[in-house]
Amino acid sequence: MNISREEVEHVASLSRLNLSEEELVRMTGQLDTILSYVAKLDELDTRGVAPTTHAFSNQNAFREDEVQESLPRDEALANGPKQNGEAFVVPKII
Amino acid sequence: MNPYELTIGQARTELDGGNISSRELTISCLDRIKDVDDKVHSFLRVTEEEALQQADEADKKIAEGKADPLCGIPFSIKDLMCTKGIITTCGSKILENFVPPYDATVVEKLKNQGAVILGKVAMDEFAMGSTSENCAFTVPENPWKQGYVAGGSSGGSASSVAAMECLGSLGSDTGGSIRQPASLCGVVGMKPTYGRVSRYGLVAFASSLDQIGPLTRDVKDSALMMNGIGGYDKRDSTSVQQELPDFTASLCEGMQGMKVGIPSEYFGEGLDPEVAKVVENGIEVFKDAGAEIVNISLPHTEYCVAVYYLIAPAEASSNLARYDGVAYGYRDPDAQSLLEMYKETRSHGFGDEVKRRILIGTYALSSGYYDAYYKKASQVRTLILNDFQKAYQSCDLVISPVTPTPAWKRGAHADDPLSLYLSDILTISANLAGIPGISVPGGFSSDGLPIGIQLQGPHFREDTLFRAAYNLELATKLGNKCPEIV
Repeated sequence: MNISREEVEHVASLSRLNLSEEELVRMTGQLDTILSYVAKLDELDTRGVAPTTHAFSNQNAFREDEVQESLPRDEALANGPKQNGEAFVVPKII
Repeated sequence: MNPYELTIGQARTELDGGNISSRELTISCLDRIKDVDDKVHSFLRVTEEEALQQADEADKKIAEGKADPLCGIPFSIKDLMCTKGIITTCGSKILENFVPPYDATVVEKLKNQGAVILGKVAMDEFAMGSTSENCAFTVPENPWKQGYVAGGSSGGSASSVAAMECLGSLGSDTGGSIRQPASLCGVVGMKPTYGRVSRYGLVAFASSLDQIGPLTRDVKDSALMMNGIGGYDKRDSTSVQQELPDFTASLCEGMQGMKVGIPSEYFGEGLDPEVAKVVENGIEVFKDAGAEIVNISLPHTEYCVAVYYLIAPAEASSNLARYDGVAYGYRDPDAQSLLEMYKETRSHGFGDEVKRRILIGTYALSSGYYDAYYKKASQVRTLILNDFQKAYQSCDLVISPVTPTPAWKRGAHADDPLSLYLSDILTISANLAGIPGISVPGGFSSDGLPIGIQLQGPHFREDTLFRAAYNLELATKLGNKCPEIV
């Protein structure tokens, strides 16, 4: 086994996902299959190989720090599932 | 001939010559959508009213002699690109009611050039998939054969172009999502060099791999669309500060002096003999046109699926953290605490494949596993990139199949995600290396399903790919073919 049921539960919690019992069993099996497959990368010796995060290094995208128009508040709030005209409303935090 | 059957290039001539108006062309496409979309299911949303307004404005520009090359041409847009005031779902329940307050740069560019937007087309949820079956709302059919997949994730883009519901479409490609559906549906699909086209307003899946590109009915149309959407955008920090060439300029230059590389690793086990034959025919076309054929090696090809299915989910798990029910999209109405709201919202809002990839990605990035998975994959990504750089020292472009097989039946991979991931093996490397790739129709299987040919080139050499693809198209005469939709 590359990944256990407990590890999948932990990762689901980190990902802010609730998995049903059926999902947990199925995902554990599928993740295990996928992780067994990707273990094929261990065949390669990558000591001293620099990782690539972007295909080529970009020029830094500098710009002047100028005040510009931004999205009006009502438009920014318009897609909020719950809002009061001034802010997004969420369940009590503290 | 019906107006909707025109290519973009042909429509330009007809519009500028006054033989047809953009309104007539747009109505012809809208009628075509009404006729066939209940069979091919390309569209999630048709924006008829807005399209007709845009067509009327285009007709004014044309009358004034101020028409840009894409003015008055009707397009469809993958539902992953933001359209101001028009619902953009990304194929997900979690964004079922999301109305973007702005246009993606590519959409803005099309609008500024007077193009007509017919609507938004279906896709795998957040572009995660190879068949579009992961769309929460509808699943496009292959216009060439009922019951077969259109491919994915830009399946609706490919089916809408192949079924002639529009003249061209914008798709996005993270691991083959433009080239693969283009191949399965018999149209041209171009994934440009990473950074060539702005990603501003493209809802992010895997930011270091995602790239927008066109799906069209012939090669010239693809070049015309690239001219219209490419170029530097200060709103995308990964957009490349390089001047955009005229991509139509190289089309007629022929193949003399070109070196075409054949990578032995792309012709291995599991390749359908009919697909192999189509590509061999393509190689013959290049040979006859005067190109030199050279054997090359891309030795790390067999590792690309493993690298991709760590890096793409890792980036996705981070990008999709934003769907928390706070600022937009679905929110679970019953949750009492903030944490419960996050969890219930995401658990009900995301489909299976998206959850699977978030889990893989979170695992690969999590404490204790980062070095073994994400870092290792990023190092092998370097080896894949080096393979291409070495190969392009001895050739100008690489020819290969796009997919190991033609389109398959819907539901074929339902319970086995890994088997579907493996079908992406021939397209993924281009995204990992950031190089351009094009899928161009090459032939048909004995079942009547289209088979594409893939050409990959060095960074920023889309011109080489268009030139070679145009030569293929001249020889195969497969441009602008219409399936019989029953």
